Amino acid sequence: MQGAVIQRILGQLLMLFSLTLLPPLLVGEYFAESDSLYTFGLAFLSAFITGVVLWLPHRGQRADLRLRDGFLVVVLFWTVLGSFGALPLYFSTAIEISLVDALFESLSGLTTTGATVLTGLDHLPASLLYYRQQLQWLGGMGIIVLAVAILPMLGIGGMQLYRAETPGPVKDNKLTPRITETAKALWYIYLFLTVVCAYAYWIAGMSFFDAVCHSFSTIAIGGFSTHDANMGYFNSRAIEWIAILFMLISGANFGLHFVAWRSRKFSAYWNDTEFRVYAMLLIGVSLLAALILQNAQVFSDGFTLWTKAVFQVVSIGTTTGFTSADFSSWPAALPMLLILLSFVGGCAGSTGGGMKVIRVLLLFKQGMRELRRLVHPNGQFAVKIGKKPVEGRVMEAVWGFLFAYLAIFLGMMLFLVATGLDHVSAYSAVAATLNNLGPGLGEVSQNYASLSEVNKLMLCLGMLLGRLEIFTLLVIFTPFFWRD
Amino acid sequence: MKIIILGAGQVGGSLALSLASESNDITLVDQNASLLREIQDRVDLQTVQGHASHPSVLERAGANDASMIVALTNSDETNIVACQVAYTLFHTPTKIARVRASDYLNYPDLFVQEAMPVDLLISPELLVSEYVKNLIDHPGALQVLNFADGKVQLVAARVNRDSRFTGKTLADLAREYAAYDFSIVAIYRKREAVAFTDETRVETGDELFFVTAAQQANKVTSALQGVDKPNRRILIAGGGNIGLQLAQILEQNYRVKLIERDPDRARYLSEILDKTIVLRGDAADEDILLEENIENVDIFCALTNDDEANILSAMLAKRLGARKTMSLINRPSYVELVESGMIDIAISPQQVTIGALLAHIRRGDIVAVHSLRKGAAEAIEAVAHGDKKTSKVVGRRIEEIKLPKGTHIGAIVREGTMMISHPDILIQADDHVIMFLSEKDRIHEVERLFQVSATFI
Repeated sequence: MQGAVIQRILGQLLMLFSLTLLPPLLVGEYFAESDSLYTFGLAFLSAFITGVVLWLPHRGQRADLRLRDGFLVVVLFWTVLGSFGALPLYFSTAIEISLVDALFESLSGLTTTGATVLTGLDHLPASLLYYRQQLQWLGGMGIIVLAVAILPMLGIGGMQLYRAETPGPVKDNKLTPRITETAKALWYIYLFLTVVCAYAYWIAGMSFFDAVCHSFSTIAIGGFSTHDANMGYFNSRAIEWIAILFMLISGANFGLHFVAWRSRKFSAYWNDTEFRVYAMLLIGVSLLAALILQNAQVFSDGFTLWTKAVFQVVSIGTTTGFTSADFSSWPAALPMLLILLSFVGGCAGSTGGGMKVIRVLLLFKQGMRELRRLVHPNGQFAVKIGKKPVEGRVMEAVWGFLFAYLAIFLGMMLFLVATGLDHVSAYSAVAATLNNLGPGLGEVSQNYASLSEVNKLMLCLGMLLGRLEIFTLLVIFTPFFWRD
Repeated sequence: MKIIILGAGQVGGSLALSLASESNDITLVDQNASLLREIQDRVDLQTVQGHASHPSVLERAGANDASMIVALTNSDETNIVACQVAYTLFHTPTKIARVRASDYLNYPDLFVQEAMPVDLLISPELLVSEYVKNLIDHPGALQVLNFADGKVQLVAARVNRDSRFTGKTLADLAREYAAYDFSIVAIYRKREAVAFTDETRVETGDELFFVTAAQQANKVTSALQGVDKPNRRILIAGGGNIGLQLAQILEQNYRVKLIERDPDRARYLSEILDKTIVLRGDAADEDILLEENIENVDIFCALTNDDEANILSAMLAKRLGARKTMSLINRPSYVELVESGMIDIAISPQQVTIGALLAHIRRGDIVAVHSLRKGAAEAIEAVAHGDKKTSKVVGRRIEEIKLPKGTHIGAIVREGTMMISHPDILIQADDHVIMFLSEKDRIHEVERLFQVSATFI
């Protein structure tokens, strides 16, 4: 472990992060809020000074990061930034929340989960509202690099597959030169999508402030809103369809966007097996949801019904977590089905959460292979994605991932139930945080304020585990990681 | 014609044999001296021992005045380089190379005069797999050969006991099945070609060769054979190049299973093939065949490179209930041995390959040649040129053409449409004439018939 280098990087990250506390401060000044200077100024100084203190003694360190350092940097990135990100929320005089609540809100933002402990959003100062959205946006930015470049390099849960599949991103084992190039290109796409999305929202009738804020949480697959009623506040089908489109785009692999953008070919999308399955799955579940809603006559108007159904399926399926209607009270198994859909989540290399479409697809194909083997004992079957066979090593990693994911899901759910939460709330709260989804069912369908502190901390861990694809975080807790 | 053949392997050897018997000057080049001596003992040809692509070897073989070079060595690269050398140093007009690797074949732009001057690429594996696919597409047919870019087919089928053709004369058949639009060009009875007229009666056990439009071929065959179910389930034994390519061509339209013995190769095949079920095991293992429901298999194709294994596994499959069996057989002497017995169709890779080569070797404008009956007969597609004065066929009715004995015109293709042969049809310039020669020795008479006389310029 190269402590000095990691400390230097962490210091730089913190200094960089402290700068992102300035835009909310300016927003506060613009809206002439009384305490934004104090809130964000203090948070800025704390983060900046800590950063300098960490960075200064080791500023000359120039050694390359090794594989193990990579794990640590990634984990520290989310935990440390998550903690410092909680400061403005804690300092703010406009909301009186505990440190745990502030941490929960900040992590929920950075991991683009979108679960909130705040209520009365409509009356909060604009600077704070903007800050929450910005946290998600920054989180999304980090995730893209994490998901497209770093996780494949670390080989987390079979994601090395994805490294071999996509022609664009990094293939070597160093965290430096090429990664910056890849990241830059991806961030341009990210920025471009955000601008287009904000503009579309604005045209469709949002205020400029709302349009920017919501574009942040849409492209980041976050789900934070500036209103308690979330997307339902606007009551506009046009806005909902815009949101659907951009959620779909952001739930797709950014590496794929990169390829399509560079080759100027839309066919890149349809030729990608994962994207095809992702699209078909969402279309299929949307149809089912619309059918169930139609049958139960929840909405009188056909267009509204379709919009609500597709919006909610895409929002939950991509793990965004926007709501335009109270889906937790929808009929039949629909709420349960939607939460289950979030386990599939977005595509690998997207800002979405969940287990990722590609892994679920691989597991499904592996299951089919086992069935075929029963019928043809001498058969030789390959699991293929597109036309390419998948290595056995990747399949093993995906199986391991599935086990870890489910084990952690069940363990956390049991913990929540043990602390007195009802089953549906516990199930959906863990699913919603582990999948980086946001809203759950039952007690947590609107916000997480009513949960106990210990539960919130547990769910914080869930968000981190989900975002870091479990293994990245788990490996830190193994003794052999620290042994040399 | 002076022809240099590089490589005295199975295809090279049979080609030399086939061409030398037509009074061509053949020079055979190979590195194996004893192989050359053995062939020279049997056939009247010149041999040169040496590396096929070396300029000095080609020079000794007489490349300076050869009109054609056919490179059939085991190595694709040697074949390509030999063509390159022949083109650059000796200006050989026609250069034919056997290229196996499909990767080369996928980039046809490579084989142009400036880069790799090869006039014709021959891939025996591809030819054989297409040949087998034709047979599978036409249940009941013993042989299916394409003419005029696949518009016209020559089909061979046996008259069996249920046949509606039995006991009828050809004139009867022409009347009854006028709508089917086919013409019989050869009848083989007890393996001998029968000279036939309109009054000849068809008997059970006859092997008929008829020419018809491609889309009619199945209808005619099933009328001839009684009803034959279309093929659905195919079991291929042997996942070599031919087995793999056949599975690739078939897997979209048929339910294909493929048995391969080598575990590594089986894994490779399962990664390449999409829908085909790849099985690891021995094709002659009764347990595997039973496990995979051999009794429901429509066609069992034994395509390994081991003749004996092919024959035995095909016989086993037939006994266990496979509806029809095909077997790849390299040794000509085996072919006749097995076709009368347990195996329905024997496929000789040399015959298939040689047909493709012959089209380029024949004089006159001959587009397609298929070698049949162990090379004793030939089906050819020739283009008529010239006018009534200069040509012996153009401007004449079919009944006026003096065809050699045993030769029949099956169909004419004029501007893309097929006309079944009829005595009254007037041949025009640029017509494609599809003929069947039951005696290959008469090929020169046919060639002469289609050559334009010297006055035509």
